[in-house]
Amino acid sequence: MNHHINYILHLADNALILSQRNSEWCGHGPILEQDIAITNISLDLLGQARNFYQYAAELINKSTSQPIKPSTEDLLAYLRTEREFKNCLLVEQPNGDWGQTILRQHFFSTYQFLLYQKLQQSKDGQLAAIAAKALKEVTYHVQWCKEWVVRLGNGTAESHSRMLHAIDALWSYTGELFENAEYELHLINEGISVDVNLLKNEWQQKVNEIFSEATLPLPEKVFMHTGGKQGIHTEYLGFILTELQYMQKTYPGCEW
Amino acid sequence: MVNISSNIETREKEIWKILESVTDPEIPVLTIVDLGIVRNVKINEEEVEVSITPTYTACPAMDMIAVNIRLALLENGYTIIKITTVLSPVWTTDWISETGKEKLKRYGIAPPLSSLDKDGQTTVIQCPQCRSDNVHLISQFGSTACKALYQCDDCKEPFDYFKCH
Repeated sequence: MNHHINYILHLADNALILSQRNSEWCGHGPILEQDIAITNISLDLLGQARNFYQYAAELINKSTSQPIKPSTEDLLAYLRTEREFKNCLLVEQPNGDWGQTILRQHFFSTYQFLLYQKLQQSKDGQLAAIAAKALKEVTYHVQWCKEWVVRLGNGTAESHSRMLHAIDALWSYTGELFENAEYELHLINEGISVDVNLLKNEWQQKVNEIFSEATLPLPEKVFMHTGGKQGIHTEYLGFILTELQYMQKTYPGCEW
Repeated sequence: MVNISSNIETREKEIWKILESVTDPEIPVLTIVDLGIVRNVKINEEEVEVSITPTYTACPAMDMIAVNIRLALLENGYTIIKITTVLSPVWTTDWISETGKEKLKRYGIAPPLSSLDKDGQTTVIQCPQCRSDNVHLISQFGSTACKALYQCDDCKEPFDYFKCH
């Protein structure tokens, strides 16, 4: 598969897997309004994923002269295997407690906000349009997460210690967000992909600001896990896909 | 079967009129024309092409809206129908018509402010029940992707606010 398609799948997979993770909160949120909030974010991400998958499917079908079975958004989401998924490791990490879910979303939304800001200038008009549209929604995600990180970091001794635990659990998965995969490197010069390396400083600065408001310590330099963008995942992705893809694998082609 | 007028302009007007009968499944008082979802109507010989744009990326109502457009046009004698989704330019709440905003208010949803006075939004949102502007935000996320949840501090009623986008 070509770099362009891989890049779009990477963007789609990030959104789909985080959407799936957040949707695990449905019916389990700490209070009704927050249950609704996290599942709203989940839905927004699912919408992004659909747009990207539809576009990837269109390009795949164009690039194959006589496809036996045309690609669709559903095939891409439900029938690819673990090694074909190109999402970052961060989004597949377990929900943990509410604090860990919030922190994962905060790290990711801050990154996605910066990414889409740049992607809306992509020379690929469809990617630019999806990014511009989603950016309006991501702006709300960023605001919501920020409030929660401050509330928990600055809250009680219990909430503060849980945030410290969340930082320990997640920080080493943030480095990968800013390392370009091969498909990204190939598209940077064409003006299609965003050079994620260039987002790092601003992301760090934004996280620092919120952490200092939340009285949370800035994490030390640690070893950073990578591999998700190339299809090498933590053990969690397999379990996520087992649940996510269950229906289509058990009843192939089923619709309702 | 209704007579289809031959003049393209008249026919396009007819189609816009038909589209005004298609309502949003989540907010049934608003038509898709009030919401600014219909971006364009084009007639290519026998084919009618309607371009629509989603209000929110993941709006689950879009599929149903497309089906309802098709049904409304079929009922009026148009049989070759193409519905295209366009993402750009990005939909904004500024495209909701003044009539639409009035209808929202009467329905009990505070209409979105203009994107220009977004920053001062907490001071201008009005309770759709008692018209007080003494209100506070409960949550940025409400019953659907397009709404936030507020409460009025005068009449105490919680209400939906159509988020400014």
